[in-house]
Amino acid sequence: MLGKLTWAAIPFNQPIPLVTSIILVIGIVSLLALITIKGWWSYLWNEWITSTDHKRIGVMYMVLGLVMLLRGFADALMMRAQLALAQGNATGFLPPEHYDQIFSAHGTIMIFFVAMPFVIGLMNFAVPLQLGVRDVAFPVLNSVSFWLTASGVLLVNVSLVVGEFAKTGWLVYPPLSELAYSPGVGVDYYLWSLQISGLGTLLTGINFTTTILKMRAPGMSYMRMPVFCWTALASNLLIVAAFPILTATFALLLLDRYCGFHFFTPDLGGNPMMYINLIWCWGHPEVYILILPAFGVFSEVIATFSSKPLFGYHSMVVATMAICVLSFLVWLHHFFTMGASADVNAFFGIMTMVIAVPTGVKVFNWLFTMYGGSIRFTVPIHWALGFMVTFVLGGLSGVLLAVPPADFVLHNSLFLIAHFHNVIIGGVVFGVVAGYTYWFPKAFGFTLDETLGKAVFWCWFFGFYLAFMPLYVLGIMGATRRMQHYADPSWQPYMIVALGGAVLIFIGICLMVVQLWWSIRTREQRRDLTGDPWNGRTLEWGTASPPPSWNYAVEPHVNGIDAFWAVKTKNRELHKVAESRYEAEHQPHYETIHMPKRSATGFISAFFAVFLGFGLIWHIWWLVILGIIACLAVLLRQAWDMDRDQFIDAAELEDFDRRHPGLGAQR
Amino acid sequence: MSAGVNTAVLDAHGRPIPLSERGPASTWSMISFGFWLFLLSDIVIFASLFATYAVLSNATAGGPGGGDIFELKGVFIETCCLLASSFTCGLMLIAARRRQLRQFYLWAVVTWVLGAAFIGLEVTEFSDLVAKGFGPTHSAFLSAFFTLVGTHGCHVSSGLLWLLVMMAQVATLGLRTTVVRRLFCFSLFWHALDLVWIGVFTIVYLGSLHV
Repeated sequence: MLGKLTWAAIPFNQPIPLVTSIILVIGIVSLLALITIKGWWSYLWNEWITSTDHKRIGVMYMVLGLVMLLRGFADALMMRAQLALAQGNATGFLPPEHYDQIFSAHGTIMIFFVAMPFVIGLMNFAVPLQLGVRDVAFPVLNSVSFWLTASGVLLVNVSLVVGEFAKTGWLVYPPLSELAYSPGVGVDYYLWSLQISGLGTLLTGINFTTTILKMRAPGMSYMRMPVFCWTALASNLLIVAAFPILTATFALLLLDRYCGFHFFTPDLGGNPMMYINLIWCWGHPEVYILILPAFGVFSEVIATFSSKPLFGYHSMVVATMAICVLSFLVWLHHFFTMGASADVNAFFGIMTMVIAVPTGVKVFNWLFTMYGGSIRFTVPIHWALGFMVTFVLGGLSGVLLAVPPADFVLHNSLFLIAHFHNVIIGGVVFGVVAGYTYWFPKAFGFTLDETLGKAVFWCWFFGFYLAFMPLYVLGIMGATRRMQHYADPSWQPYMIVALGGAVLIFIGICLMVVQLWWSIRTREQRRDLTGDPWNGRTLEWGTASPPPSWNYAVEPHVNGIDAFWAVKTKNRELHKVAESRYEAEHQPHYETIHMPKRSATGFISAFFAVFLGFGLIWHIWWLVILGIIACLAVLLRQAWDMDRDQFIDAAELEDFDRRHPGLGAQR
Repeated sequence: MSAGVNTAVLDAHGRPIPLSERGPASTWSMISFGFWLFLLSDIVIFASLFATYAVLSNATAGGPGGGDIFELKGVFIETCCLLASSFTCGLMLIAARRRQLRQFYLWAVVTWVLGAAFIGLEVTEFSDLVAKGFGPTHSAFLSAFFTLVGTHGCHVSSGLLWLLVMMAQVATLGLRTTVVRRLFCFSLFWHALDLVWIGVFTIVYLGSLHV
């Protein structure tokens, strides 16, 4: 009846997971109780859960990412604390099998459920606004994507309370992840939650590629798109090309585990190295799926706050697309030690170094953009500067690892850990926070507190260096990754410094929450009534903050890059000449538009996908069948729903614009 | 959503506006483009499975290889069914676009029957192999073979289910634009499966002759 599920699945005998589970359950129950008592359900359901508005979906992605950042960072703190203690005879507070789950969960959560939601959230919010359109190509599908990602998140968190998580590392390499060596449900939790959320990501990729290639405001040719849209295009093309490989690879491992196939088993002809090749054919492009949008954010931020057009727009576009293509040609550098011939390793080593060239082009473009600009030292520009220093350093250690003989010494050491945290924190996280601070006033109509924002930055910046520079040294001293205990006492001082760094980052994360709370409390003093708090350059700053659900009452027409900047400059000149004449000639012409209605399809299908996944993990086959039937029923209901549009009257659009007078002068 | 479709091709001065500057594309154009992307992503799944098959095709673990167990006659008939169904699928789409209801049903049923025949033959082939003791758990080669060919079979089966749904849609909603557009996507899907099958036939079945 309940498959493999018994009371033994609840961690009664393990104090740390048990206490965490209890806190988690109490937290969720009290949150639901609060919503019920306050009577917020209908608001949440109508305005958020069933929303097909790309801006709201973007905000929900960001909230999801922030919540999971807290979870993933708790894992990081536990690991650093364990390693600061567990030297010589001391064993620390985490037993090995628990430590193994923690580092696996940390990697999985940080990449799939923190970095991906953050990056996709920013793209959701900003891309249609920057393109000057009213929504993405497929709004209901967008909601489905978000809720499938949320289903994956839910399943990963359920593993904390019911059962266990994988103990195999964040990419579950076979043969360790095969049934013979990992008989528990941990690997199954991993595989099914990522299959479900991976489908959501693939649909996002299709949706945004179509949006960018097929839906741009009149006049916006490809070479007039903001650079963030270009990087989003590259990122989504990579999603469409790479995520199916992940799906196929996990499907093969699932067949091994559930049906006794022999793809990656060590016996009967199976080949574990094939898994490692396949997974990195996805895994390396994934790195660029995350970092390219961050590059896009920095391009926007640096141009805006230097009050100059981006230096070398064309070379920036070419560099982005070059990285997009090259990202598929370097996967083997993740396992130079596989034993491929020297020629093969040399090819992949050189290709890896080649990627540093377009990346270098980008760094110089950013520097030249700032050169001679009037730079405003706001919070986003702090993150951008911190990024340039930190990311270049991480890139250099990456080029070092691209040399196969050096990699033979350093692979799987803490040097590698330091390298990829150097580029992911210094690149993706810094970019995401810069984007969050930059677009926050657009999303909510008020700015975030600057002082607290700078404090957050310095905590992250110094915290990062304290936490990871010692790991470079430890790696060279021979410390390997994924170890729960070490014998050499000379490592301990470095481990303690690293813990100090992690604590400093933790303070930074806490300050982020404080910043959000404080900025909401003092929002009346920090209102942005113009829609353009930063003196921005791209179209999104030409609509109200927060933008209405239709984004633009009148479709903007674009004549060049930095379209909004051009309009502002032209208006200023025209106003000097003949203000009244210009006003008369440019009265906007309002027409009735249609927008998608809200839809529960995404939420309901994802709801059943959770049960489907849970049934598959625990071998509860009736639940699986029920889940499949329910998902199909939702799909059929959607197929027969012919009433999906709502109409917004021209008068309502005009009325909204009249109530936001700041916009008229800019248009 | 379908934003305002800007069909103007000439600007105020009578000069042609480049395609990339004409504003959001039509709903039909967006949906078919999105579906093409989906098909491409699906083909990447098959590419992964083909690569896996190529790596494992000699990993027979002392068991039979492809040349020992494949019955090319049955596979040839299967192939004919599938290719013919693609042709009738094309006729079905022409009928749908001309709003010829009876013709549509005729070719939809013929397409469905041919697709079902393909699946029937494939199931027979699989069950014969399992009965002989050459199931997918026997060796890495057999795992790869069953997965690659079976994944294609699953796609055809879901195509059959989709076609049933489409016939029901035509029956209840008529041949309105939305329904014809879905039929168009279906036919893209069906032709893409043909393309994949030609790869399967060439690499898996014909390839086994030289092993």
